[in-house]
Amino acid sequence: MTALLPGPLTLTLALPLLGALLLAVLPGWRPAAWLNVGFSAATLAAAAWLAVDHPPPGLFLFIDDFNAALIVLTGLVGFSTALFSAAYINRDGKNKRLAPRHLRLYHAMYQAFMFTLLLALSANNIGILWVAVEGATLTTVLMVSLYRTKPAIEAAWKYFILCSVGIGLALFGTILVYLAAQTVMGDGSPAMAFSLMTPRAAAFQPELLNLAFVFLLVGYGTKAGLVPLHAWLPDAHAEGPTPISAVLSGLLLNVAFYVLLRYKRLLAANPHTLQPGPLLVGLGVLSVLVAAFMLYRRGDIKRLFAYSSIEHMGLLAVAFGTGGALANFAGLLHMLMHSLVKSAIFFVVGLASQAAGSQRIADIRGLTTSAPLLGWSLVVGVLAIAGLPPFGVFTSEFLLLNALVPRAPWLGLLLLGLLLLAFAALVLRLHGLAFGPPSPLPGRDGAKPPRLFTRVVGTAPIFLHMALAVAAGIALPAAAASWLWAIAKQLG
Amino acid sequence: MAHAPFAYNLAHLIGATVLMMGFGLLYQRRMTAVIRTYALQAMALALAAAWQAAIQDAPHLYATALIILLFKGMAVPAALQWLVRRLGIHRTVETALGIGPTLMAGVGLVALSIVLVIPMDIAGTAITRESVALAMSVVLLGLLMMITRRNAVTQVVGFMSLENGLLLAAVGAHGMPLVVELSIAFSVLVAMALFGIFFFRIRERFDSLELSYLETSRGDSQ
Repeated sequence: MTALLPGPLTLTLALPLLGALLLAVLPGWRPAAWLNVGFSAATLAAAAWLAVDHPPPGLFLFIDDFNAALIVLTGLVGFSTALFSAAYINRDGKNKRLAPRHLRLYHAMYQAFMFTLLLALSANNIGILWVAVEGATLTTVLMVSLYRTKPAIEAAWKYFILCSVGIGLALFGTILVYLAAQTVMGDGSPAMAFSLMTPRAAAFQPELLNLAFVFLLVGYGTKAGLVPLHAWLPDAHAEGPTPISAVLSGLLLNVAFYVLLRYKRLLAANPHTLQPGPLLVGLGVLSVLVAAFMLYRRGDIKRLFAYSSIEHMGLLAVAFGTGGALANFAGLLHMLMHSLVKSAIFFVVGLASQAAGSQRIADIRGLTTSAPLLGWSLVVGVLAIAGLPPFGVFTSEFLLLNALVPRAPWLGLLLLGLLLLAFAALVLRLHGLAFGPPSPLPGRDGAKPPRLFTRVVGTAPIFLHMALAVAAGIALPAAAASWLWAIAKQLG
Repeated sequence: MAHAPFAYNLAHLIGATVLMMGFGLLYQRRMTAVIRTYALQAMALALAAAWQAAIQDAPHLYATALIILLFKGMAVPAALQWLVRRLGIHRTVETALGIGPTLMAGVGLVALSIVLVIPMDIAGTAITRESVALAMSVVLLGLLMMITRRNAVTQVVGFMSLENGLLLAAVGAHGMPLVVELSIAFSVLVAMALFGIFFFRIRERFDSLELSYLETSRGDSQ
């Protein structure tokens, strides 16, 4: 049981769990926010250690290059969101939008959520993986319903029911995978471990695997927000606290996608099963299509960017569905870039809607005049997510089209058209938000301006994420590129 | 197949009882009857788990059977009966699709599972084709119930009956680890759903088909 010795993996999982327990019992929400930051920073450090020092695979947990990269990303976005949240949620506490016990619940659930994500990423056993994804659903449902308004409760309920059904179906798929594996590998835990199943998957019963994959695709695809299983996503993003929107988009969707890719690899190891690629490409194109059109009629700023997340999950599905090292590389890079840029956008949006006292796009106008820092950050963020150079999203989308066009020219052309459509929608909305006559900012007028320290803490994560996205767009470090390339080749 | 055919025939008979209760859930028109049918389904499932424990010689499945019997067969139905009386919604079940068409759709789903699963060549695996087909039918019927009922409580009952299908597959899978843990993890979801209904007085389901919901809280009109 190497997993039980104190090592980077144990620390990565134990720190957020400990944080959740501690924050659940500690009264007082002001120190809680900073304790949350502290635990997240320690988790990030442990994750970074894990990336350079992979422990040997166990029956229940294992680390390879693929999940190590995502664990580091999760640690990073978790840390910067905790930092942003300390500035954001304390304001909700000060102006009594949230009661102290709700804040305590929020901080405990934030750490519990990080724990479930990290557990899901490092799980080798498909049962533990399922429990971790279920836990991620439960913790986020509690956070989405935090404001206790009618729309928040409705959004949380819808999210809860749709994703519960999704993970229920995923459990059925999980059981079917065990049944397919059990014939070859015998009873017990080895028949549920990815690292042991994948090398022997060629002998598994292919029809059972096919049936399992359909259930898994619908189940985990619901959590990844793929159209037509996306109905929960915009509401959950819009009605919860903004730091949660940032981690939902930046981390949870990635984890759901990661799970699908693990199963895709399992299926790919068996020559007689169906090809999961075309299914993923189909769902992906549909997601990009629906999201690109839905972007036009959004009146709520957080829903706007939630639909943009659906679009980008669709792009990921197309990239990984196309397969091959280049498309996988583009998909991986896109996953990282989308997490960084989208969470940064949600940070800006959170500060802007807090200042404007509204999430309606009509109420937030001319930000570059009334709040230049936020306004210009929003401009940069939207241009980055829309896929303009020099940001990393451009690089990944460009590589994706490069990989797609020689294999399926018409699909590449269609995707390019949809990308332009989504780009135009975002720029259209951005114009009103950032330029023109400014709308009043009631959240700022009257209230005394926040301390410089709070302002720095609230905006530093935005710059950090944007700087990383620009760095990846201009010159991806050779080490990072070769790391991603190695993973991309593994994914097949 | 180390066991006598009798063991499997009885397992299939119990599984078929669970499935019949799934149909029962679809044609009940009164809330209290729906909950009672659900309790019966859970008890049949507990019996299935206990029988699997006996024929697989797997004592941990007795624990699963006991949990199912106490939690899903007794505690949850009792809580639901109390809840619907508290919320004053014990009269009739509101349907989005009539009882007749729903039953037809249910028959179609069972046929679909049979068509998909029975031709599979899985002799020698840990489970029989019939068990997979039965479990999948129960799962799909639960899903159908969630889609065709308007009320939040009936929707949760549909969810729990879907879960019964999952457990039927899990206990039938020979030597599957973590069955107890998974069933407990799933119970947490159920408990949370009941908690949500009680504390937030959720009566209607909210989904993209519900017109009144779209009007009130899309929050998206420009």
